[in-house]
Amino acid sequence: MNTEKQLFAISVYTENNIGLLNRISAIFQRRHINIESINSSPSEIEGISKFTIVVSMTEVNIKKIIGQIEKQVEVIKAYYHDLDEVIYQISGLFKIKSELLFEERQIQNIIKESNARIVTVNKDFFVLEKSGKKEEIVALYNQLSIFGIMQYTRSGLIAVTKEEMKISTLLETYNN
Amino acid sequence: METQTIKNTKKSTKTTERISGSEAIVRCLIEEGVKILYGYPGGAIMPVYDELYKYQDKIHHVLTRHEQGATHSAQGYARISGNVGVAMATSGPGATNLITGIADAQIDSTPMVCITGQVSSHLLGSDAFQETDIVGISTPVTKWNCQVTRASQIPEAIAKAFYIAKSGRPGPVLVDITKDAQFEEFDFLYEKCTKVRSYVPIPKTDIKSVEAAAKLINEAKKPFVVWGQGIILSEAEEALKAVIEKAGIPAAWTILGASAIPTSHPLNVGMVGMHGNYAPNVLTNECDVLIAIGMRFDDRVTGKLDEYATQAKVIHFEIDPSEVDKNVKSDVAVLGDAKASLELILPLINENSHTEWHQNFKDLYAIEYEKVIKGDLYPTKEGLTMGEVLKEINIQSKGEAAIVSDVGQHQMIACRYAEFNQTKSNITSGGLGTMGFGLPAAIGAKMAAPEREVVSISGDGGYQMTIQELGTIFQQKAAVKIVVLNNDFLGMVRQWQQLFFDKRYASTEMVNPNFVAIAEGYYIKARKVTKREDLAEAVAEMMASKEAYFLEVCVEKEGNVFPMVPSGASVSDIRLE
Repeated sequence: MNTEKQLFAISVYTENNIGLLNRISAIFQRRHINIESINSSPSEIEGISKFTIVVSMTEVNIKKIIGQIEKQVEVIKAYYHDLDEVIYQISGLFKIKSELLFEERQIQNIIKESNARIVTVNKDFFVLEKSGKKEEIVALYNQLSIFGIMQYTRSGLIAVTKEEMKISTLLETYNN
Repeated sequence: METQTIKNTKKSTKTTERISGSEAIVRCLIEEGVKILYGYPGGAIMPVYDELYKYQDKIHHVLTRHEQGATHSAQGYARISGNVGVAMATSGPGATNLITGIADAQIDSTPMVCITGQVSSHLLGSDAFQETDIVGISTPVTKWNCQVTRASQIPEAIAKAFYIAKSGRPGPVLVDITKDAQFEEFDFLYEKCTKVRSYVPIPKTDIKSVEAAAKLINEAKKPFVVWGQGIILSEAEEALKAVIEKAGIPAAWTILGASAIPTSHPLNVGMVGMHGNYAPNVLTNECDVLIAIGMRFDDRVTGKLDEYATQAKVIHFEIDPSEVDKNVKSDVAVLGDAKASLELILPLINENSHTEWHQNFKDLYAIEYEKVIKGDLYPTKEGLTMGEVLKEINIQSKGEAAIVSDVGQHQMIACRYAEFNQTKSNITSGGLGTMGFGLPAAIGAKMAAPEREVVSISGDGGYQMTIQELGTIFQQKAAVKIVVLNNDFLGMVRQWQQLFFDKRYASTEMVNPNFVAIAEGYYIKARKVTKREDLAEAVAEMMASKEAYFLEVCVEKEGNVFPMVPSGASVSDIRLE
């Protein structure tokens, strides 16, 4: 087992209950683990939420963390994945002065080459959206920051696995 | 298709009855078989107390003198009976005062349900009078908790609370109920909870792991069992005895495992851990197969992990999968309920006696007896020892008493020397080490098992942390026998200061009050012993009392508890002096 720290994506399937985020984040807090990113949303199964949490730690410790997450009453199942085992995306939003869009030709090239999407344009500002790997969004940030960015924000990582996750089968066994 | 929609609903066909939320709370408790609850009233829980007044023929409410006392009493009740203990408090300070007991119950896996009142739902989050976020505060120390803001949510929340508290690895649960939900009327219907989707209380036992464990045990030359409270919680005492007797395995216990197997059993080789016995600690690092059952390899048990049983194959019988490989890597993990797993393995193991291996334990016991035990139990020098008080209690109780100890030196002495003939007789705060636990826990224990002799043993420090519960003892006429081993010191801290801080006794010496006068102030019979020649007669008088009795024994000021595994040392580096 790898004893080096690395990035892992944790998928946690849960009941959609108030306070569960608190319980899950406390597990990381107690062990002094910084959460790189966290996303919670409905999952593919009606009424069931999915957390995607990215952390940097050793595989030995992540196994322990997964055990403690699964121990929470309202957690259905938790999995951890190497980032190679998932298809993932991060989204970044950039708010930029509109005059730059028209006056800086290079900005138009950056938009085109980066496959970023213009979400909205008005007379004061325009908003760019870029989804992809973290490095791609950071690269875009670096290119744009030279011209000045009014606001910048990046989402947590969201992921689906390459392998099948048999969460429905598991739920059926719980329900029967 | 990878996933599909799964519904989690069921419809009841039973008829309902229109009542208030507060009445529903009391009715839910009655439905769960609660006969005693411990608590303290206040503004946000008053509607429930009003209902309790109506139902006092069915539920006996014990007014403790502090909410912490309510939780410890509920714990004592749960530990001796195996049932869920119940504590209740108002919002704000009432609720926060429960936290110490909840944290204690969480780490010691004690089934407990706490009900707290909360400000009305329209005031939530407004810093209203006596409002605290008790759900947020208690989250890290509860097995589960929830807040209820509508009366109609009460039955399901309480049913779930009892089910979760008791099932699998037990633990404390908190249900916070707003005052408006207590007043609101709704159509009451109670159904016990038998299942919560997403919650698997007992993991499935893999028969292959049982077979692999049996193979290791059968091949072992020096097998060694360490059992914990899991044996008591799953009522696996007989199953454990059958397994160790058939395979002839020496077996030791963690502090919370004490009393599961009688002290006098020939295969019972004593306590492991920091102040455990010499032989089981040293031989942990000599056994070839270590069989851990219902215990979690706490750091007080293992000492330095890198040097803990590294030579041994480890078999871990465990109900909580997150405990497997958490501290000690196991070679075989048998998940599941301890009793069921031990019953499965019994036919697969061979009869054996391991006579030579047993002799190792006997030889080391002889060393410990000469260097430590003889001096503790049969002292010749001046000054009463804590050990000889325990010995006297053993003689007078014939090993039938339940011993409820507080936290400190006296606790280690009580666990080392108390003799137990029956299970569920050792009630102490193991994981959290909560000073002040003993006295209120003894109240709960006595009320759960009034036919049993319950002896509370405290030090002068811990006793004063919850001394006000003498008022509860007096009001409830709880015939608890209270022993305070007084050395005018916070003894365990002083011992560490002596050994590791160059005898700098910083803030550990106590100037104590007249304990006898305080007990008598609460109309409790009391006596103080300072001389060895008075001890036996005083203990006899205490045990003969039909009512509560307070006995202060002035013991040597600077007595130490040995053996001792110094913090961070290996278990085989255990010190005898």
